[in-house]
Amino acid sequence: MNIYDIVFYLFAAITLVSAFVVVTARNIVYSAFSLLFTFFGVAGLYVLLGADFIAVVQLMVYVGGILVLILFGVMLTNKITSIQIKTGTLQIVPAILGAALMAGVLIKIFAGTNWKSQLAQYPAQTTAYALGRVLLTDYVLIFELLGILLLIALIGAATIARKEEKAG
Amino acid sequence: MVQVGLTHFLVISAILFSLGIFGIVTRKNAVMVLMGLELILNSANINFVAFSRYGNFGLNGQVVALFVIVLAAAEAAIALAIVLNIYKTFTTVNVDEIDKLKE
Repeated sequence: MNIYDIVFYLFAAITLVSAFVVVTARNIVYSAFSLLFTFFGVAGLYVLLGADFIAVVQLMVYVGGILVLILFGVMLTNKITSIQIKTGTLQIVPAILGAALMAGVLIKIFAGTNWKSQLAQYPAQTTAYALGRVLLTDYVLIFELLGILLLIALIGAATIARKEEKAG
Repeated sequence: MVQVGLTHFLVISAILFSLGIFGIVTRKNAVMVLMGLELILNSANINFVAFSRYGNFGLNGQVVALFVIVLAAAEAAIALAIVLNIYKTFTTVNVDEIDKLKE
């Protein structure tokens, strides 16, 4: 067992344990903070897979952006003073059965398939340079469209969330 | 113990995916449903990056993972705006109590 394996199991444990806390915690604030460790663990897995740029983007967008957004969502949609911050659950038993069945089938398929595995040749220093080249050559149309989509989403979110004016 | 390889990452992503599904179908709070959605997107991303590493496809998998992250950011912004509007209209975000499109 070399250092790579140990680090892998460490990050895998962080990811799975915190993801389990996310979906089972009664208090939604605990869930939101546990999600932080899930995103962090996934970023660690990306580093182990040689995707350094994706890992940094994961930390910046998910931890820095989406998680803060979700925390704002939690705070703005709960009456903090009236201890209504706990969230109810429903259909626990069928959900456990369904999710366990799905996990079992997926793991069996993943473990049973004889993947043709061949290590990709990544650049020695960083993948950012190569990623930038691919983004602006092969994927340039999708890249530009995603930029427009982000702009539309920004305007749309601001429009939907804004308070309606009385003048109407 | 076997050497960590492609299968290990795929198994992690399968468990993460199932946890996300579990979170979506059991929790009442709409924000919790969103968190389950983020777990699922992350598990898909692990698969993309893992296949990019262990299959000989160059960086294509990583590029798709990048696009998924961008879409997740847009989706989270829109969804939370909708959740805020629902809260303003119904004063609750429990998805089992919201059964009208309009007051």
